[in-house]
Amino acid sequence: MDVSVSSPLQNFTYDFNQSLFDIPDGENIQACLQCASCSGVCPFGFAMDFPPGRMIAWMRAGILDEMLQSDSLWMCVSCYACTEICPKEIPVTQALMTRAKEEALLAGNVPAELQSALEFSQQYSNPLGESSRKRAAWTEELDFEVPIARKEKRPFEYLWFVGDYASYHPRVKKVSQVVAQIFHVLGFDFCILGPDEHSDGDSQRLAGERGLFEMLAEKNAKMLSRCDFKEIITTDPHAYNALKNEYPRLGFEYPVRHYTEVLLENLDKLTPLLKETDSLRVAYHDPCYLGRVNKIYDAPRQLIQAVPGLELVEMAHNRTTSLCCGGGGGGMWLDGFRWEKAESRLSEWRVREAVAVEADILAVACPYEPPRFEDATKNIPGAENILVKDIAELIFDAMNK
Amino acid sequence: MTEIVVISRLVPDLVEELEIAPNGKALDLAWLRLIINEFDNHAIEQAVILKEKIGANVTVISLEAEGVEDMLFTTAAKGADRLIKLTGLDEEAKPTNQSLAQSLAELLKEINPDLILTGVQAHDDLTGDLGPQIAEFLDLPYVGYISGVSVDGPLAKTFKEYPGGLLAEMEISLPAVLGIQASEQPPRYVAISKVRQMMSTASIEEQAIGDLDVEGDFVIDRMYLPEATEKAEMLEGSEEEIAAQLTSILQDLGLL
Repeated sequence: MDVSVSSPLQNFTYDFNQSLFDIPDGENIQACLQCASCSGVCPFGFAMDFPPGRMIAWMRAGILDEMLQSDSLWMCVSCYACTEICPKEIPVTQALMTRAKEEALLAGNVPAELQSALEFSQQYSNPLGESSRKRAAWTEELDFEVPIARKEKRPFEYLWFVGDYASYHPRVKKVSQVVAQIFHVLGFDFCILGPDEHSDGDSQRLAGERGLFEMLAEKNAKMLSRCDFKEIITTDPHAYNALKNEYPRLGFEYPVRHYTEVLLENLDKLTPLLKETDSLRVAYHDPCYLGRVNKIYDAPRQLIQAVPGLELVEMAHNRTTSLCCGGGGGGMWLDGFRWEKAESRLSEWRVREAVAVEADILAVACPYEPPRFEDATKNIPGAENILVKDIAELIFDAMNK
Repeated sequence: MTEIVVISRLVPDLVEELEIAPNGKALDLAWLRLIINEFDNHAIEQAVILKEKIGANVTVISLEAEGVEDMLFTTAAKGADRLIKLTGLDEEAKPTNQSLAQSLAELLKEINPDLILTGVQAHDDLTGDLGPQIAEFLDLPYVGYISGVSVDGPLAKTFKEYPGGLLAEMEISLPAVLGIQASEQPPRYVAISKVRQMMSTASIEEQAIGDLDVEGDFVIDRMYLPEATEKAEMLEGSEEEIAAQLTSILQDLGLL
């Protein structure tokens, strides 16, 4: 094969290809069958110039540099549907798509909407551009104090990593307040980092800003090293994923569990507190980074079934085939951009599925979801009466019936 | 090669609540977080765009302050060639534009730039006279409210914004000082990895600012939050009652 190495762009394709081998299982990319399952299962594949299968084909042809100029990479929601379906176990999301976004970002190809979230993450340690000093302000409305680790200077059983949206977003803050009350009633010995907590950085990483992710991880690790705790609990699947799978690669290791796992473990204490609620049909939406990426499918479902009166129903896409809410891979900060490209919203697709199974409640377990799905219920005919609730809210409602 | 200097400033970040210092004459620095002045950020972007187009040498100058190194390394990652930090400032007294311009003039004469860019104003300095003052001390022409610059030999073509949506195209002979309202493209994002790379490879020169000549400077007597006065009349009652009261007030004033 006659390949000239003089062109820097041809070097790009070669260097990019080589860089994939540094990622666990990255070498599997050589085994790609070009079956195009990844492109087909991708919820935004229809709107991409370079869906994953085609990226691999162009890489093999040595002409992938054209991808750097394309904005279709920014349609990727990092939902792992491609990775899940790949028959050759290629880490499509982690290796191919995330690396490609990193290269696009380094080449200066960053949608303006995404840029401000990245700048805010750098300046304030949260993508919302809120004051980092007010990170624990959501606790002020509670009638008990949530201990802040650095102020208390004592050992705690649990350190709750709250996360960005759960700390600042007006809708998701309500979920955090409910979680705090459940922990309080169950007598958990828990603390938070408060103003010392920084964004977990997972979504920034998946949006291609690896340097920013590493900087945030280092800041969190520094703060965590000053606290004495046995285990981290997190309400945020992205924080969970970062702490469990990504921070250890940087040398920061902690025992961590999602709150649904911890509540399930305390079900014997929880059950006597749950009163009979109205008879309601609950459709559970598996968050990508709780389900597909970290294989936690049952704990959330068992909690819903533990609430007397609630009937769990499954939507068309569930468990391994669950549909992304649209907020992943930087999607929380690309709504306008993606609407312009695709003229469709994944959150609305999902809410249509909830309508189809006649759900009264769409239950979620990720802080990106309540605002996204609540907005979608306003747009979808038949969804007007569907309530979007975090599992913690379902439990709290049953405790206070 | 065209020599461009950008004067950039750090200003209080309004994401945090501002507090008045105990002396009642300045902002309380203890809780202040600083951020690059947005107009200066546009001035930096404009300089980098010019560098990409015509191959200029870009120097960024800033006053010593918390976070200034990060800011300067970020500009280096965007394309600035030389970074200068002005040191030796009295922390208590922020220099006025006049005394700052006078002391910058000496340094600028040494660099001898073709273009000096700075933000047209800053949100802690709405008078916006830093650019004009520098121009005065160097005896150079100044144009402010610029939203786009191109350089052609000894001339710069600039777009100057006027109120009411008017835009003027102006030619100005170099060297000159420009007050930047907006760069022709929004300031770019640079990956943190590039900024971190600059932290280990680029260097920041320190220049002592020297004694400021404060003669003729204004003096701040008192800094305070806006005070509520007795002049506002609050209308109370139901919507209809309020509407009726409002109508009669407007009638009394002869407006209806």
